[in-house]
Amino acid sequence: MINGAGVNGQSWEPAGPAGRELGHVVGGSLGQGIEVRLDPTGLVSVEDVKVGSFVTIQGNRSRFFGVVTDIALGTSDARLKNAPPPMDDDLVGQVLAGTVAYGTVSVLPHLTMPAVVGGSVNGGRASLEDSPVAAKTIPSHFAKVYAASQQDVFTVFGQEDDRHFWIGNPLDMDTKVCLDLGELVKRSIGVFGKSGTGKTFLTRLLLVGILQGGQASTLIFDMHSEYGWSGQDTDRGISVKGLKQLFPSRVSTFTLDEESSRWRGSSTDEVVRIGYGEIEPEDVALLRETLNLSDVAASAAYNLQQRFGQRAWMKEFLALQGQTDITDLANQIGVQSQALGALHNRLRRIGRFAFLEEDTRYDAAARIIEHLERGKHVVLEFGRYGNDLTAYILLSNLLSRRIHDRYVELKEKADGGQGREPNPVVIVIEEAHKFLNPSVASQTIFGIIARELRKYNVTLMVIDQRPSAIDSEVMSQLGTRLTCLLDNERDIDAVLSGTAGSRQLRGVLSRLEAKQQALIFGHAVPMPVVVHTREYGSGQSYAEFNAGAGRKAVNIPGVQVETREERLQREIDELF
Amino acid sequence: MTHPPALAKERLGEVVSANSTTFVAQCYELYGSPPLGGLVQAGNPPIFGVVCEVRTEPLDPSRPVLARGETAADEEEVYRDNPQINRLLTTRFDALVVGYRAEEMYHHRLPPFPPRVHSFVYSCPQDEAGIFAEDLGFLRILARGGGQASEEAIGAAVQWVSAACPDPFSFQVRAGRVLAAELSGDLPRLNAILRRIES
Repeated sequence: MINGAGVNGQSWEPAGPAGRELGHVVGGSLGQGIEVRLDPTGLVSVEDVKVGSFVTIQGNRSRFFGVVTDIALGTSDARLKNAPPPMDDDLVGQVLAGTVAYGTVSVLPHLTMPAVVGGSVNGGRASLEDSPVAAKTIPSHFAKVYAASQQDVFTVFGQEDDRHFWIGNPLDMDTKVCLDLGELVKRSIGVFGKSGTGKTFLTRLLLVGILQGGQASTLIFDMHSEYGWSGQDTDRGISVKGLKQLFPSRVSTFTLDEESSRWRGSSTDEVVRIGYGEIEPEDVALLRETLNLSDVAASAAYNLQQRFGQRAWMKEFLALQGQTDITDLANQIGVQSQALGALHNRLRRIGRFAFLEEDTRYDAAARIIEHLERGKHVVLEFGRYGNDLTAYILLSNLLSRRIHDRYVELKEKADGGQGREPNPVVIVIEEAHKFLNPSVASQTIFGIIARELRKYNVTLMVIDQRPSAIDSEVMSQLGTRLTCLLDNERDIDAVLSGTAGSRQLRGVLSRLEAKQQALIFGHAVPMPVVVHTREYGSGQSYAEFNAGAGRKAVNIPGVQVETREERLQREIDELF
Repeated sequence: MTHPPALAKERLGEVVSANSTTFVAQCYELYGSPPLGGLVQAGNPPIFGVVCEVRTEPLDPSRPVLARGETAADEEEVYRDNPQINRLLTTRFDALVVGYRAEEMYHHRLPPFPPRVHSFVYSCPQDEAGIFAEDLGFLRILARGGGQASEEAIGAAVQWVSAACPDPFSFQVRAGRVLAAELSGDLPRLNAILRRIES
């Protein structure tokens, strides 16, 4: 068996045709890919090989892992095309197939495998701790090429465990592709795709993964209330469970709209109320577009803040009645009265949101931070405010800013030896281009988080259908990108910018199926991979999620979690 | 028409001229040659050759053969009425050297020395033909032997050997693929051989 003897000497049987010999290297280059001639014995037909499938190449010293990028038909004699032999003839057909008329495949080698798995070259033996590295050379002539076996895929993408989350299967293979959760949450994540291509389901899966792994907490600004309690599968017309139903003890749901939550039968932990005092001029600046405010009007908020102080400016400002009061105030603080009038008008609209109160002792941000620090995952449901972009932008910006401030403080204290490291947090935002478009990205807290907050253990997960509208500086900071089908040229360019091999990926991206397929690349996977995303919504999938979550208790940095054996040992030590 | 290998080894004639790649054998009996493509062995230890040309000609090249059967009823009568014909004519065949046996091993390459003149030439018995041809290496020499073997001879050789195999068709496919690898740039020649194998 070619790839038979598995890791640690365990025998391993490849599933289906995986692991069998496909052919040998006959030419190519590192940049353009390697040309592989299919097995001359004629046992492997071009129809057995599919573009996008994984192969391994056994070089003299290294083993390479690559992906099929093209398939072609070749002939050793150009005259074959002009005078085709009688192919209905058994003997001629069998003799010519694979010899004079043969198939070739182009393979892009992505990785060099740690050592020889199962082979005897150099007596090498891989262990799962060794990780593959980016290929910097190519195999020599006539190196044998094999279909990747399940073991190879495991070696590359990791086996499903508390550090690796099964996100989906490679095309045409019944093998699991796993994301490295540690790497995933270390940097910001982007989930892209046209509307209706499965972004929400992919995000749900990622959230389940992060939750299972316990590497980070998540704060989800749940615009359409589809992550917390339950969501809709519009294709199948069924309702699917949200995080709170799947992991009740580890997820806290906050709501802005108690009524909507009650109607939906969602169990919520807390109702969020925001005081006027928490709204800062920066929030107004961010809402400039959605509120249709001029620059001057938006910046008038800073003057108001200066005049009345942070806690009171909005309350005082909204308390003004009539144009005369506003004109007087405008003269006092030196802004145009028309601009101030417009601001007043728009802020009154905001003031009508039921979750905003003039004075509240309830500190939503502090409560959310408290949950996050306990390692909980927080879903903030917007209820009927989900359709109001103003409310969504206002709330998420306001809360994220508070979290940012708190984490910077915690981290700096920890660096100074005065406390433990804050538990990493992933903030999930939808319609990300509204926060991160080039005109506001420099002002909003999300721009700052995307650019630098990795140092403070806060990262973003941005979900969007128009990646081209997101500031390129922010895009370049995304560590891992998961993208469903995109067909707009500019969006594809934006997603693939700065990625090696983007030419090949372009083709892959525009050929994705409209459902349940995603291209993943970046830090969480060792090489770009197209997956058929894992199922979400059946009883079996829920059971698997729960089984995965049971593998590991939440591990908050700085808080030691003892296993049963460790506890027993400690107690024995203490006794004697 | 297929002439399968005989079961027993049969002495056919003697080597009358030889070089490293070919030898010419004269048959003891007029028309007593092996078929085109047949495997023969010369000397001991044997050198193997594939018959690539058979010819019958006057022993004395200066005395051309005359037509004698004008009044005869059939061909056999010509030979009956002119018994001297058997002494004036002889059958010779050219064999392309394709391998040899040394120390009980079969080698598919040219021997260090050609067979000696007057070495006895035998037909290759069925069992030995099967063993010798199993490797198919002899086909490479035939296909690449400087074009000395015609497509017909190569096709006939494959057909002759396959008749000694339990599954002739699969042997023919295997042989065809070896030839295809050798002749990958010469499709017409390959086609001609394949057509001959099938005939």
